Amino acid sequence: MRIYVTSVLVDDQSKALDFYTRVLGFKVKHDIPMGEHRWLTVVSPENPEGTELLLEPSEHPAAKPFKAALVEDGIPATSFQVDDIDSEYERLVSLGVSFTQKPMDAGPVRMVVLDDTCGNLIQLIQMKDN
Amino acid sequence: MNDDDLDHIFKALGDPTRRKIIDRLRERPGQSLFEICALFFAENGMALSRQAITQHIDMLQKAGLVRVEWSGRTRIHSLDPGPLREAVDLWLRHHL
Repeated sequence: MRIYVTSVLVDDQSKALDFYTRVLGFKVKHDIPMGEHRWLTVVSPENPEGTELLLEPSEHPAAKPFKAALVEDGIPATSFQVDDIDSEYERLVSLGVSFTQKPMDAGPVRMVVLDDTCGNLIQLIQMKDN
Repeated sequence: MNDDDLDHIFKALGDPTRRKIIDRLRERPGQSLFEICALFFAENGMALSRQAITQHIDMLQKAGLVRVEWSGRTRIHSLDPGPLREAVDLWLRHHL
């Protein structure tokens, strides 16, 4: 058994596609029309055969209050790893990304938390022994 | 500031976790609940439950020592040392 896909619940798939590709830098892996929505996944260009991230519509009525409660408390929906978090933070700030948490050391990791503009907070971490 | 306000302040200060939250917010203003919890875990190697931290923050807010602002739709906590200074002037200073 392998984990081939994981998902974030996004308010708007087109907006999410723009943010996760143009801003974060992921590449589209699958974009398959499925009625009103799409099976839309992205991968890291550093690992194109790796686990896909599904940009899943957050249309279920329970999704909105769940997402809003996480955002209110600053809790990330998911987490991505980078090699140099301070330069990634500077790069994303220059692209207009807003952060709820600036670079902070927490035990073995250095982390930030950003707003994906689709109703989620996303954590980026750097393993400090890198 | 009346006796009730002073009670809230000294009660808020009467707990090591709440004093630590004050220390951390002084060093690093503007923290979400997630950030406060993460810092606690990083420093002490033990996780306090989110509910426990929330209750501590509520007491600090009631005492006027923690202010909440919004960053987008995220609650961000900062320290307000004003009531501490008032408490010093109103009562503590007489005994120093």
